[in-house]
Formats: sequence, structure tokens, C-alpha cells
Amino acid sequence: MSQAAATHAAAHAVVEPAESPLTPESWGKLGMWIFLAGDAVGFGTLLAAYGGMRATSADWPNPYAVLGINLTAAMTFLLICSSVTMVKALEWLGRGDRGKAKLFLFFTALGGAIFVGCQAYEWTHLIHRGLHIDGNPWGAALFGTSFFIVTGFHGLHVSAGVIYLLCVIGVVSRRPDPAASYNVVEITGLYWHFVDLVWIMVFTFMYLL
Amino acid sequence: MAGDHKHPNYMAIFWTLAVLTVVEIAVVFLPFGKLVNGTLLTALATSKAALVAMYFMHLKFETRTLGLIALTPLAIATLLVFVILPDAFFVAHKTANVKPATEAPAKH
Repeated sequence: MSQAAATHAAAHAVVEPAESPLTPESWGKLGMWIFLAGDAVGFGTLLAAYGGMRATSADWPNPYAVLGINLTAAMTFLLICSSVTMVKALEWLGRGDRGKAKLFLFFTALGGAIFVGCQAYEWTHLIHRGLHIDGNPWGAALFGTSFFIVTGFHGLHVSAGVIYLLCVIGVVSRRPDPAASYNVVEITGLYWHFVDLVWIMVFTFMYLL
Repeated sequence: MAGDHKHPNYMAIFWTLAVLTVVEIAVVFLPFGKLVNGTLLTALATSKAALVAMYFMHLKFETRTLGLIALTPLAIATLLVFVILPDAFFVAHKTANVKPATEAPAKH
């Protein structure tokens, strides 16, 4: 019995390094990349649909005139900053400083929370001016629909990211060895940078174009 | 394992992204017309997204196959645009044909 277990363990040890040749660090990292690829198709579909609806519409409003870009430009900058604090958190963890790593993870979560707060303010402001999911005073009703669906879907990702980051701060706290949580933080970073990347696209296609 | 990663100069990437964002906002106010502005903005956004993926997400230091996995959604989304667009123009054409018909009875 114990011999069988030992043989199994030995076979496992031999097989393990070759199991995830794409991401030798862990399966989790490959899992996150595949999830993000799928999620990217979701966002790609939304943006492609947005382009299709806009191309066929005769009375699509001028987005940056209606939405205003001052606040969203600041939000874009904020999200880029939070990506930097994310890489810094991983860098500190790599150097073995859990305290600094947790601090920078917290800054990242804070950046995300402020982003969602700004988005809530922006939505409230626009709703008061008449932009609704089923219509608006400036033209095509689908303008409001696509605006709320796309920015809402992204805002949901940021909100989930903030919760995710706070959970990961807990993981780093519980594991005394910084190296033990390096992979977890790296995977979290992938998600967070992806959310930043998607916002770069959403900001360009929905606000600036 | 933690030390295996080559660390790019993250602050340089950050400043590049910040400057590109300012350039993007400036492009909106350029009088070059929709096509040129749209092309410029798409190119700028793609460059920024590529910088985030390559350096922040370390894609530059990963295996080529992982890069292909990351690029697949872009290929699918681009294909999707070409799938949607003919349909979009067909619908526009139809509504354009309908308009004179609805106007005609009004002239009676």
C-alpha cells in the first residue's frame, strides 16, 4: 500500500514538471490566461456589436460631446496607476517583503474602488441628464443601451477585482513564506492588468471615437 | 522561482502609457476627419493594450504558445466585425428602401 503510494508519488514527481509546459510556474496561471482569453472574447463581442450598431445608426450622438471625457480621462489614468501598484506589489513579494506587498495590493484595490466610485458618480450624472438604458435625448436609443451594458460589464469586472485583491491580501497574510503566495499574486495581477487593458479599449472606442 | 522573472522598467511603461493617453485625447480635437482620427485612435489604443499585455502581464517573457492563446480573442473579435458589418449595411440599405415607401402615402 505504502509502496504503491510511493510509486505513485514518484511518478507524479516525474510527470509534474512537464504537465503545464506553457506556464511552468503553475496550472493556475494557465487557467487564468484561458479564462481571460474567453473574457476577452466577451468584451470583443460587445465592442464589435457596438461598432455594428453605430455604423448602421443615422442619429448616433457624438460620444465625447455627450459623455464628457474629463472625468473618464482621470479614471483611465487612475487605472494605469493601479496597474503600476500591482506590479510593485509583486516586485516587493519577490524581494520577500510581505508588508510592502500587502500595502501595494491595498493601493491597487483602493484605486479600483475609487474607479468604481467615479463610475457611479458618472452614471448618476448622466442618468439625471436623461441618458437611460432604453433611450436618451440626443439620438439613437441604442447609444444609452450600449453605454450602460459595456461600461457596466467593465465596472462589474473592476468591482470583482477589488474583492479578489482584498481576498489575496488575506492569502498573503496567512502564508508566512512570501514565495508561497508569489504565484497567487502574479495570477491576480494578470486579471487586474486585463481589466486595465479592457478599459483602454473601452475608453477609446466608447468615449473618444 | 520568484527571481526568475526579468523585471522590465515598469515606470518607463507607466509614463509611456500616460503620454499615449494624453496624445489620444489630443487626437480627438485634431481636424483630420473621422477616418484619420479613428485610425490614429485605434492604433494608439492597440499600442497601449500591447504594452500592458507585453510588460505588465509579462507576455513578452512567456512561451510563444501562451502568446497565441492571448492573441486568439483579438483574431475572433476582428473576424466578428467583418461578420457583423455586411449584415449592418444590409439592414441600413433596407431601412433606406423603406423610407420612400412610407413617405409616398404621405404625399397623397
